[in-house]
Amino acid sequence: MKISYYPGCTLKTKAANLEAAAVASLAVLGVEVEEIDRWNCCGAVFSLTADDLIHQVGPVRNLVRAKEKGADQLVTLCSMCYNTLARANRIVRDDTVKRDTINRFMDDEIDYAGEVEVVHMLTFLAREVGWQKIREAVKVPLTGLRVSPYYGCTLQRPADVGIEPFGSFSLMTGLLEALGATVVPFAAADTCCGSYQVLNGEGGAKSTAAVIINDAAQAGAEALATSCPLCEYNLGKRQEQLITSGQVEAPVPTFYFTQLLAVALGVAPESCLFDLNDAASLALLKNKNCLVAA
Amino acid sequence: MCDADNTTTKKTIRVATGDRAILPEGAKTIPVYIMGKKYEVPETLTIMKAMEYAGFKFLRGAGCRGGICGACPTVYRMAGDYKLHFGLACQTVVEADMYLAQIPFFPANRAEYNIEEIGGAAEAIHALYPELFRCVACNLCTKACPMDVDVLGYISALKQGNIKKAAELSFDCIQCGLCASRCMGEIPQYHIAQLARRVYGRYIQPRAEHLQKRVGEIESGKYDAMLQELSAMSKEDLEKCYVEREREPDLAPPGTWQPKETRYL
Repeated sequence: MKISYYPGCTLKTKAANLEAAAVASLAVLGVEVEEIDRWNCCGAVFSLTADDLIHQVGPVRNLVRAKEKGADQLVTLCSMCYNTLARANRIVRDDTVKRDTINRFMDDEIDYAGEVEVVHMLTFLAREVGWQKIREAVKVPLTGLRVSPYYGCTLQRPADVGIEPFGSFSLMTGLLEALGATVVPFAAADTCCGSYQVLNGEGGAKSTAAVIINDAAQAGAEALATSCPLCEYNLGKRQEQLITSGQVEAPVPTFYFTQLLAVALGVAPESCLFDLNDAASLALLKNKNCLVAA
Repeated sequence: MCDADNTTTKKTIRVATGDRAILPEGAKTIPVYIMGKKYEVPETLTIMKAMEYAGFKFLRGAGCRGGICGACPTVYRMAGDYKLHFGLACQTVVEADMYLAQIPFFPANRAEYNIEEIGGAAEAIHALYPELFRCVACNLCTKACPMDVDVLGYISALKQGNIKKAAELSFDCIQCGLCASRCMGEIPQYHIAQLARRVYGRYIQPRAEHLQKRVGEIESGKYDAMLQELSAMSKEDLEKCYVEREREPDLAPPGTWQPKETRYL
């Protein structure tokens, strides 16, 4: 099986661990990953201004690249890229007036009418690979690892591009269970991580993040799984500061879901780039015997 | 300069070259619009020559006249069409009903930096040019490039932290600035690309070890005696030495040829 894949800028820099673990896992699962040529920024954050079509040009151009390759699906990993690409795709597919305006402006590209489906990796794993096949491919079951699936905002909002209905977390739950982990549901699974509020003032972003981490800890989780680099930044990279300031009691390491998938499939930890996570992450996996023997 | 010396031909053909174009006899003229005013200029001239023919004098905005220096970017439009076209005045041939404008300079932001201090990470480029992230992928920059550089491609590569790719994609850039003149994000693409190539050359591209070795040999005086030997020769001996020199055949596969004289190796 071969997939057309859109990475996104952050996955080539600060969130290289999200991508590296995914690519390594897909290789184990027999899926060939073909990164689309000449992709540009997804356009995040999605513009909510109705007549601001110029901000849809970037995402649509990426979809044109996929169409040029003959792809009917474009798989992506980052929640934010998924959201921006999927929403732009819906505009072009459903609104013929806006579609024509965008196509006329992009006279350097082939016309695009929403032919490519934007697919999040979690959907792809559930739909095209299947939990059963993943369960069978697991070499190091994450037995005893208590993980909360954290969706944040952009995987489910708005409903028409959500990877599953609001309030349901079955995709990441299904994956984590297939990997042998203990799934710990918690109330803040779709609470905003604080997003870009950190740019306006640290206080608000910190208290929002603290609510999520503490809620997961109280529910009994010892780790969080996410698919969003911005969530990982607010909840993971900044967690040490939250502990120092006393807003969070004990560490709840954050992982990308792809990293948990990779270690369970027996991918060497070095290939999952845990040095880009908070330090407690790798320590927890070692502690729980969730890493393949070197 | 002209080839008017051939008195045996019946008609003297005068070729339009130099700073004053001379209209060849029987040459057709075509109308062009320079800054909105109509001029009749001979066809086959470049935009630059045509403007000089029309009486304009380039004090700036003309450099090499060979399509390399990037000093003469031109924006033009054909009568009856909204589409803008871009080219170099010294390379683009005039066509009838062209509306022409020269953009010899564009006031694009250029950051100051010390290449020895900024380091080789993409974050350094992001910090010097935060406007990079104003790109909306409209691609007008790429459409404006007279060198067919994938400008959006290298801007995207830099957002993705890929300095090598940006340096390679922007290699043909001649710094004319047309990309920046079209950018709705006010991004100085060509200056950012130059920084990317400098960072690539300074921090990322592998060092040429054989060159360093040779420089070391020269500095250690390995070749001083040979140079002195040559300097002391008479002109005749030097000529003889030059004529009789051994030379690697042009198409010799690398590493296969060795000179017979090995004492200088």
